[in-house]
Amino acid sequence: MLAAITLLLIFQLAGEAIARYFALPVPGPVIGMALLFAALAWRGGPSADLRGTAQNLLQHLSLLFVPAGVGVMLHLQRMADEWLPLLVALVVSTFVTIAVTALVLKALHVHEEERS
Amino acid sequence: MSTVPGQSFGEIWVYLSASPLLGLTLTLLAYQGAVKINERCNGHPLANPVLIAVAALVALLWATGTSYQIYFDGAQFVHFLLGPATVALAIPLYAQLGRLKRMAAPLLIALLAGSLTAAFSAVLIGKLLGATDATLVSLAPKSVTTPIAMGIAERLGGLPSLTAVLVILTGILGAVGAQGLYAWMKCRDPAVQGFAMGVASHGIGTARAFQISEQTGAFSALAMGLNGLLTATLLPVLLPPLMTWLG
Repeated sequence: MLAAITLLLIFQLAGEAIARYFALPVPGPVIGMALLFAALAWRGGPSADLRGTAQNLLQHLSLLFVPAGVGVMLHLQRMADEWLPLLVALVVSTFVTIAVTALVLKALHVHEEERS
Repeated sequence: MSTVPGQSFGEIWVYLSASPLLGLTLTLLAYQGAVKINERCNGHPLANPVLIAVAALVALLWATGTSYQIYFDGAQFVHFLLGPATVALAIPLYAQLGRLKRMAAPLLIALLAGSLTAAFSAVLIGKLLGATDATLVSLAPKSVTTPIAMGIAERLGGLPSLTAVLVILTGILGAVGAQGLYAWMKCRDPAVQGFAMGVASHGIGTARAFQISEQTGAFSALAMGLNGLLTATLLPVLLPPLMTWLG
């Protein structure tokens, strides 16, 4: 587990370094994820240790959003002032986005399966 | 402060909140309590653990007059794990490599459609209903994972911490509502379900998608990663002209 955590941190660190060096707008951990994905594809899969550690970490993914979520208390005033546009924009946009993505993927995917 | 017996609860609270221990412990307790409540409700999406834990913590901090900075001094240790957890998403993603290769073109087109819809529908609706510019810019990256969204908002002149909150609300909305929407749309393919959840509601949607199935979760993680990359690349180019055009 220690080796797996170290590996994840090394990939994150590499991602951060690349993001900073090339002044990329993409955050370091996302580049780290892309790098690890490439490494797994090259190596032919994760070790049992890495798979187990990742599973443990991702099992509690929701927990990791709590501290940032509590930050809502800093913006209660702005949110009270602009609650209507925020509420409508968040609700409508989220569901329209899910529907658009799902419909496009379904249409293209079914099309491809019929062709093959 | 001395440790005289009989100190009031208020005094002890002030002493304890000076160390990171309190914020960290409260975060873990609130989350585990929220998970218990979620289990009691048979995993109903409305009893979202993030939503319950955040509400409980905000109420507690507000009632005790504790500032967010003091809370975050402790909670940052949990927050830090978002980085390695994001990297770890490569592993479930890799498990879907075969299906991913077969579906590459449809996935990328659906991603582009979803990513643009997510940012621009939110900005247009917000503008129409009279939101201020700082709020609109903070709203634009709401569908991508917190660290990316905060970076984008900062770059474009929004309020990163407001963005963090909007991102989390978006995630909760997607996690809570997606399955109802899929039932209505008669959409049953786990790959399609997961991918759309990941595009619209990032990590919180992904956490929910993993509860549905491993495959749903993997496609959601893929969509979340790709949408992070795409939005971080497109939004800095497309949003400023849109804001100018909207006036």
